[in-house]
Amino acid sequence: MFVAWRDLRAARGRFALMGGVVVLMTLLVTLLSGLTAGLGRESTSGIADLPADHLVFEAPTGDQDVSFADSVVTAEQRRAWEDVDGVSAAEPLSIATTKASATGPSASATGDAARSAAVSVFGVTDGSPLLPGGARVGDGSVVLSTGAAEDLGLEAGQDLSLAGRDVVVAAVADDASYSHTPVVWASLADAATVGSGSGIADEQASVIALSTSDDGSLAAADERLGTTTVTTSAALAAIGSYASENGSLQLMRAMLFGISALVIGAFFTVWTIQRSGDIAVLKALGATTRYLMKDAIGQALVLLVAGTALGAGLAAAVGVAATGTVPFALTASTLLAPPLVLIVLGALGAVLSVRRITSVDPLTALGSAR
Amino acid sequence: MTRNQQLNLVLTDVTLTYPDGQSRLTALDHVSLTVPAGATTAVIGPSGSGKSSLLAVAATLVTPDAGRVVLAGTDTAGMGRDEMTALRRGAVGMVFQQPNLIASLTAAEQLEVMAHVDGRPMGAARERARALLDVVGLADVSGRYPHQLSGGQRQRVNIARSLMNDPAVLLVDEPTSALDTERGAAIIDLLTSLTHERGTATVLVTHDTAHLGSVDAVVEVVDGRLSEKVLAAA
Repeated sequence: MFVAWRDLRAARGRFALMGGVVVLMTLLVTLLSGLTAGLGRESTSGIADLPADHLVFEAPTGDQDVSFADSVVTAEQRRAWEDVDGVSAAEPLSIATTKASATGPSASATGDAARSAAVSVFGVTDGSPLLPGGARVGDGSVVLSTGAAEDLGLEAGQDLSLAGRDVVVAAVADDASYSHTPVVWASLADAATVGSGSGIADEQASVIALSTSDDGSLAAADERLGTTTVTTSAALAAIGSYASENGSLQLMRAMLFGISALVIGAFFTVWTIQRSGDIAVLKALGATTRYLMKDAIGQALVLLVAGTALGAGLAAAVGVAATGTVPFALTASTLLAPPLVLIVLGALGAVLSVRRITSVDPLTALGSAR
Repeated sequence: MTRNQQLNLVLTDVTLTYPDGQSRLTALDHVSLTVPAGATTAVIGPSGSGKSSLLAVAATLVTPDAGRVVLAGTDTAGMGRDEMTALRRGAVGMVFQQPNLIASLTAAEQLEVMAHVDGRPMGAARERARALLDVVGLADVSGRYPHQLSGGQRQRVNIARSLMNDPAVLLVDEPTSALDTERGAAIIDLLTSLTHERGTATVLVTHDTAHLGSVDAVVEVVDGRLSEKVLAAA
């Protein structure tokens, strides 16, 4: 990289501009990645964190996909699933979205208006392993996720109203949310009551959460019981809002990656054309095409690595500042994956553009050849 | 045989044609030229006569349609592009018509890059670059960039760069075209003295016959043919 380093120094204005573009692209795509992951967690953590490896849905009709909103499984189906080979646990889970309001003396004692929030009610059996941290629920008592407790300003022992039904907070446990609403764990009966519009009756559930030691019998059981079983991670697509929201954000991310590769490729195309005279001279003086390609690609990598590192650093700073205000997930994957993808795609764009080095004729260094 | 007794550049019956519409234009027509080590041969002729084509063939930048090119004792027949490049890097020094200096490199770095391209240690390269710039009288401007040098200084850097790899053959293309008479004469004198000192076989292409008193031989190219008439000899 003898010439490349010196080009970076001599043309620092041009490279600073391009580096700035790389920084901003990295900042944008990393922020978008963190936001996508954060929004995704808000939509899915209640399901993704379930201690289950498969979820059983009511078999959809026609060519429809499985959906939490449309699925109703019966108590008979649940009992049948408990007996399927390889299934160690089959726990019912009903899901309903409703309004919760803080009620009772504790809420009115503060003098503030009673708080209310939209929540997702996860109906489970008492003692279900689906309950967080060994908490218990019963008819008239619920477990709040930390998000629900914060939104409603409630602690254990206080009262709230779930769709008009008065219940007491048995405990506040892990954070979990579903479709951008905090989760409240309740009994199947309470969940059926608050979700009366969902068509789920007492003893019925939206899905069955399976823990399996062998999934070889699942397909045959689905066929026999009229259900559809998918892995827990695949079941996230059955959350309506998540599928559409995540799809849009991922498309934006993909487009940003593509634009970045094109911009970097365009810059190095113009840059290579500008220095084709120097390339011809170096070739005439005995530089091989391999030497010149290594020099040019090394230069591109320096620009990409420096730009993406700075962009990712800025994104991390913004992410830290924004945590708690916006649903931004600051993790190794959201912080490191976008810069790495940008480096790979940018390098690919640069390689394609500096390939024209191979076509530069050293004869042009002589001026006229005739 | 010592270097000064070698025939460092031998072109034998070289023919070179270029596509010209539906036909082909003959740039070099059965040209033979021998340049011994330590001698400068000037090639003169009008524009378009084939001087630069002769230089391009000698530099292995183009492969002739027919004939043989032997550089520093190596026959280039049948060589691949990489072999040609390696031979050019090791055996040929080139002085371009325009200095063709790289804008981002200082005068010293214009020379050092030759060693880097050749994979040689940079410490020794820096010493050699400094020494060569001293030879061409530019030791005090080694840290300057091309835009900070005069036309004559740039051409001297161009010459010093051509010597960096201690070439057996020096190919010089119109080195005085951008210089005034005094500086042009100084450059020719410098080239011929370096040729004698270092034992290179130097081909000096020029259309300017005013400064050829110090060269060893002069040949003329007209319509791609090398004149048998030697116009001058030292």
